[in-house]
Amino acid sequence: MARLTSLEDLERYRQEVLARRDPKKPCVTICSGTGCRAYKSEKVAHAFQAELEAKGLAGKVDVRRTGCHGFCERGPIVVMLPEETCYLKVKVEDVPELVAETLVGGKVVERLLYRTDAGEGVVHENDIPFYKHQTRLLFHDNLRIDPTNLDDYLAVGGYGALAKALGSMTPEQVVAEVKKSNLRGRGGAGFPAGVKWETTRNSPGDERYVLVNADEGDPGAYMDRSILEGNPHSVLEGFIIGGYAIGARTGYVYVRQEYPLAVENLIGALDDLHEAGLLGENILGTGFSFEILIYRGAGAFVSGESSALMSSIEGKVGEPRPKYIRTSVKGLFDKPSNLNNVETWANVPLIISRGAEWFAGIGTEGSKGTKVFSLVGKVNNTGLVEVPMGMSLRRIVFDIGGGIREGRAFKAVQTGGPSGGVIPESMLDLPVDFDELTKVGSMMGSGGMIVMDDNTCMPDVAKYFLEFLADESCGKCVPCREGVWQMLQILTRMVKGEGREGDVELLEDLSTTVQDASLCALGQSAPNPVLSSIHYFRDEYRAHVEEKRCPALVCKALTSYWVDPDKCIACGLCKKNCPVGAISGEKKQVHVVDQALCTKCDTCFQVCPPKTRAVTKLSGQPVPKPPEDLAVRAAKGKKG
Amino acid sequence: MPVDHIIDRYDARREALVQILLDVQKELRWLPRNVLKRVSDRLGVTLREIYNVATFYKHFSLVPQGRHQMSVCVGTACHVRGAQKLLDRVSNVVGIQAGGTSKDERFSLHTVNCVGCCALGPVMTVDGEYLSNPTTEELEKVCETCE
Ligand code: SF4
Ligand code: SF4
Ligand code: FES
Ligand code: FES
Repeated sequence: MARLTSLEDLERYRQEVLARRDPKKPCVTICSGTGCRAYKSEKVAHAFQAELEAKGLAGKVDVRRTGCHGFCERGPIVVMLPEETCYLKVKVEDVPELVAETLVGGKVVERLLYRTDAGEGVVHENDIPFYKHQTRLLFHDNLRIDPTNLDDYLAVGGYGALAKALGSMTPEQVVAEVKKSNLRGRGGAGFPAGVKWETTRNSPGDERYVLVNADEGDPGAYMDRSILEGNPHSVLEGFIIGGYAIGARTGYVYVRQEYPLAVENLIGALDDLHEAGLLGENILGTGFSFEILIYRGAGAFVSGESSALMSSIEGKVGEPRPKYIRTSVKGLFDKPSNLNNVETWANVPLIISRGAEWFAGIGTEGSKGTKVFSLVGKVNNTGLVEVPMGMSLRRIVFDIGGGIREGRAFKAVQTGGPSGGVIPESMLDLPVDFDELTKVGSMMGSGGMIVMDDNTCMPDVAKYFLEFLADESCGKCVPCREGVWQMLQILTRMVKGEGREGDVELLEDLSTTVQDASLCALGQSAPNPVLSSIHYFRDEYRAHVEEKRCPALVCKALTSYWVDPDKCIACGLCKKNCPVGAISGEKKQVHVVDQALCTKCDTCFQVCPPKTRAVTKLSGQPVPKPPEDLAVRAAKGKKG
Repeated sequence: MPVDHIIDRYDARREALVQILLDVQKELRWLPRNVLKRVSDRLGVTLREIYNVATFYKHFSLVPQGRHQMSVCVGTACHVRGAQKLLDRVSNVVGIQAGGTSKDERFSLHTVNCVGCCALGPVMTVDGEYLSNPTTEELEKVCETCE
């Protein structure tokens, strides 16, 4: 493509792209995000190409590989345009039928549609309950874009916001607009982006930097990856606008090396932008010049913190430094630097093209716009969901997420990553925004939402997070390094049944010290999972310490397996499957677990027929002695 | 030295240290001492500082790694959906514990915190390919394709 040298050039080229395209031309879009790729979407895409070729339809139907749609669990997702018929879990074997029925015959293939609980097929993606309650501003275009094709992005109006900013706004006006929108950083604490931009812009010095934080380190959250992989230009456009507004000539994208596809798509996108004159010297002939460099992170959770990330780019150990020197004044290479995460940057083009007022019209008083959440764990529909700030947890978990798996009961949702907190059922009506989550002892973080069912033990969950944090603490501050480790020791003995009186209070005490005396957000928020779970589930902690009982029947050391003699039908399944031969029993005899041999592997519990449920987990009580008379009392097959 | 082409790619810039080590790790699957020495000489960074960096980031290994990398995600989303069971299964199939490398250097097995594919949890990767909760049979099949 020829280099575009003016704003008019860009518009003219966009019109050319649109004129070349027929919106009515059939197009098979295949999601090729990482989730769908794991389900072999690439094979499906190839199968479509081959089948279209074989049927002589190659020129008449387009095939497009797109980014993530969010419903990754049901992938590979295939959407047929222009009707937008949406098929889930498409396999290579399904391709000939889809081509013959839908593309040629114009009919819907029922069996590959989403099914409602009532068994009805849903034809369009937007009518699927998972999508119906969402407001997809950032994800909206993914369906229409092949991330490796700049034309696709231009066709949906891409780089229009950049043209607007460069052509009709001063940098100050851009900053003012972002400030007015009240866009808050999507990566962690929710600091107002516009304010940070302004400080960086006004800091003394003739060189300054802008950075994209794509070091998404929160386990369980992957929205940044999906945006970056699926629509890299939306992030880059926001980023270039930010460079212009802040007065930077160079920008850095810091992306985890674990996201190879994101790196690949980014490199390709940067090449395309250079070629098109949208990046480099004298962008679109406006006199503004900007370069973008990509840095890969080598895996350190703490390097997601802004000063740590910057020292990582300098080729050093990614450790945080004290906050009194702000990075907006002295950041990367000691120059004023502005860091925002992927999702934050992706919001910028929307704000510039549609205006701050429009943006501020979405969301709550203090949190504007939408937020992408990674809804995962024990929920029926898992994936990425984008909702306006302020939607209640209940609606997210139940209306969008479709409730808890396997008909179990909701217990809690953990938000904000490892240093976030748990939120119990009584708070399900909480409107989710930055401030409300903080109020209840959790946080937004980058938007992870891990749903937990009643099979979850809270001290065990807290222990899990502390293990992670103890491992990731960079070790610079003693309270974080030693304090988190000590807390982990206490929790470990608790779940082993060796909890001591006063342990819960000791945990609370240590938490305060670690919070107060650590340097960076990792240490300061490390106690959150412990404090919030003690706050809402204190009884459960108490039970572990005082009664040596795990109410959720999770902690192995506190749980025993026992066969209920009134329910056992002597089917022998438990005995047959027990890996250590701990179960004895003959035909028509109640089976018995030898407690000394049992390793608590849970196998017998799982294989005991659901109608029988004779294998029982006990905690905090002695295991009853086997009966003298071992004859089976329950009738075989009878509902127990 | 075989790593010079990597160092040259970054014009031996001091701040490219992490990027250079990433490329070396990718090519050799670990960071041998003589290579680090070379990086130290060319970049003008002390060996001490290089070891500081190499031990700080999770991705680097100072011991030889297997020809095939298996990583089981134990991130939160995978954890609550049975990552431990998957890890046990993989351990059984390849006969090594997490963090280990098989004697014939065929496999290395690691745990990682989130590979960014959480909706499919529990997930693992084999040489960068994602697998969603594979069964023992599926794992055995995958292993067969790994020389
Ligand atoms: S709080 Fe923890 S992770 Fe943060 S700087 Fe201190 S020791 Fe490192
Ligand atoms: S829990 Fe496992 S080891 Fe114990 S009795 Fe049941 S099957 Fe056997
Ligand atoms: S990767 Fe296909 S829907 Fe997420
Ligand atoms: S938690 Fe396992 S992939 Fe994210």
